[in-house]
Amino acid sequence: MTENRLTNLLLVAPALLLVVGLFLYPLGYSVAGAFLTKDGRGTLEGFLNVYQLYSTDILFTVVIIGIATILVGLASVAIGGFLVLGTSPVLVGFLKWLYRWPLFIPFVVAGQCMRAFLAKNGLMNNTFVSLGLIEPLQAQSLLDWRGVIIAFVWKQTAFAALLVAGAMAALDRSTIEAAQDMGASRPRILVEIIVPQIRQTLAVTLVLSFVTMLSVLSVPMMVGSGTPTMITVDMAFRINSYGDYTTANALGLVSMVLAGSVAWIYLRHSLREGQPR
Amino acid sequence: MKPLRLGLQGLILGIAAFFILGPVVNLALWAVAEQWFFPHKLPLVYGFKYWETVFRPTGNAVGSLVTSILIALWTVVACLAVSIPAGYALARRSLPFRALLMLAFLLPQAFPSVAVYINVARIFYSLGLNGTIAGVVLVHTVHALVYSVWITTAAFAAVDRDLESAARDLGAAPLRVFMTVTLPLAAPGVIASAIFVFLESLDEFTGTYFVGVPDVTTLPLLMFNASMQGNYQIASITALILLVPSIAFMLVVERFLKADVLAKVGA
Repeated sequence: MTENRLTNLLLVAPALLLVVGLFLYPLGYSVAGAFLTKDGRGTLEGFLNVYQLYSTDILFTVVIIGIATILVGLASVAIGGFLVLGTSPVLVGFLKWLYRWPLFIPFVVAGQCMRAFLAKNGLMNNTFVSLGLIEPLQAQSLLDWRGVIIAFVWKQTAFAALLVAGAMAALDRSTIEAAQDMGASRPRILVEIIVPQIRQTLAVTLVLSFVTMLSVLSVPMMVGSGTPTMITVDMAFRINSYGDYTTANALGLVSMVLAGSVAWIYLRHSLREGQPR
Repeated sequence: MKPLRLGLQGLILGIAAFFILGPVVNLALWAVAEQWFFPHKLPLVYGFKYWETVFRPTGNAVGSLVTSILIALWTVVACLAVSIPAGYALARRSLPFRALLMLAFLLPQAFPSVAVYINVARIFYSLGLNGTIAGVVLVHTVHALVYSVWITTAAFAAVDRDLESAARDLGAAPLRVFMTVTLPLAAPGVIASAIFVFLESLDEFTGTYFVGVPDVTTLPLLMFNASMQGNYQIASITALILLVPSIAFMLVVERFLKADVLAKVGA
């Protein structure tokens, strides 16, 4: 039997070795690299640089991704709610078809889509001008922090709504119907009955979305021109322009702490509620 | 009251459709615009001039397309080679710390990846793997492992154990049972995982950006470079080429990823 266990482990070993060698080892390398100079001496210079040069960018990153995560949450709940509570089969079917589109589109293509759409002469402003909503002179490019948020929300909502709508569809409909019989409005049913029952799924979805957006390099590079910028761009800049791994790794450590703290808040919260996952 | 409410819902959905589809339409417009400048709201001249540029045998796009597909196929091979045994063991055999093992494959996706990639690039540089197809394949493989391991595990778990024991009772050796009964029955799920891996590799940007330089230019990198140089036509056409397999595969994936397998993913 012990030999059998060894065989079982051997079956998993190659896949596991890949993760260890190409993820965990570089991760350790990254953490250590944040405290080492080029020639391997200990230093805190990287963190000093992070503090002096990139404090604003860290704050900027947190605010942008925070806003985007909140918007993704609101949009996915709205989409899921409409799919569950909508009365017109045609409109529900249309939304079901519509919301998944960005799911199939990679971030780098989403970046290019937004570069065209949100530009001063992009389709969005042109449509607004044609409809008489704004004057031609009022048209302004949204290719800055606003564009980054729009691109993130555009792309990530599809993924979030897929999970959230799936959880909503799996709910027992009796409580919803009971509330409907008692005359509760649909927005109220969504907020007071449906969302509390799927908050676990919603929380997992939002944590995943937060970390995903924190890792994306292409969108802030393509859409968010100018300063301040997001720390992924800063990391790439430190490497490409200075070969400065110390500062880049220190920034990397900051991004891991950000991702880790969000996951930690989530875990603590779900532990307190007595339903850890 | 009712028609009014329906009209309002229709209006809101219309606005949503504008914001969801608008960016894609704008991309498609750029792909067929030969001349388009301020303050014209639509392209002045339509045509496929830039498509010729992109697909010219001497152009970069065809080379990048071949590179991208080659890398994606090798990534699928690498992922399946390690995931089929791993998935089988995770689904059928007793393993210590099974939940932790499953989680290990999620880590590369659940961590801010830029910090890891810059160090992979640094390690690869000393190994001579930077700027090679093999290096990029390795990076893509680790990133896509969560799909191949989790989905193949679910696929093997969904195979009826009775069929395996029946084959065993008829005297088939374990390996033969696996090759003639278990693997064919799990094949649709394995194919689905291969599709996810292929797409993940085809669309991957960040890892290739750090590890592929300067010699490996995949389609996403070509698109990024064209876009940053302000060449919107080339960038848009490349982006559309990237979208074709994504949409095509997503349409067929439901055929391979059956509900009984889907329900077991990640479990």
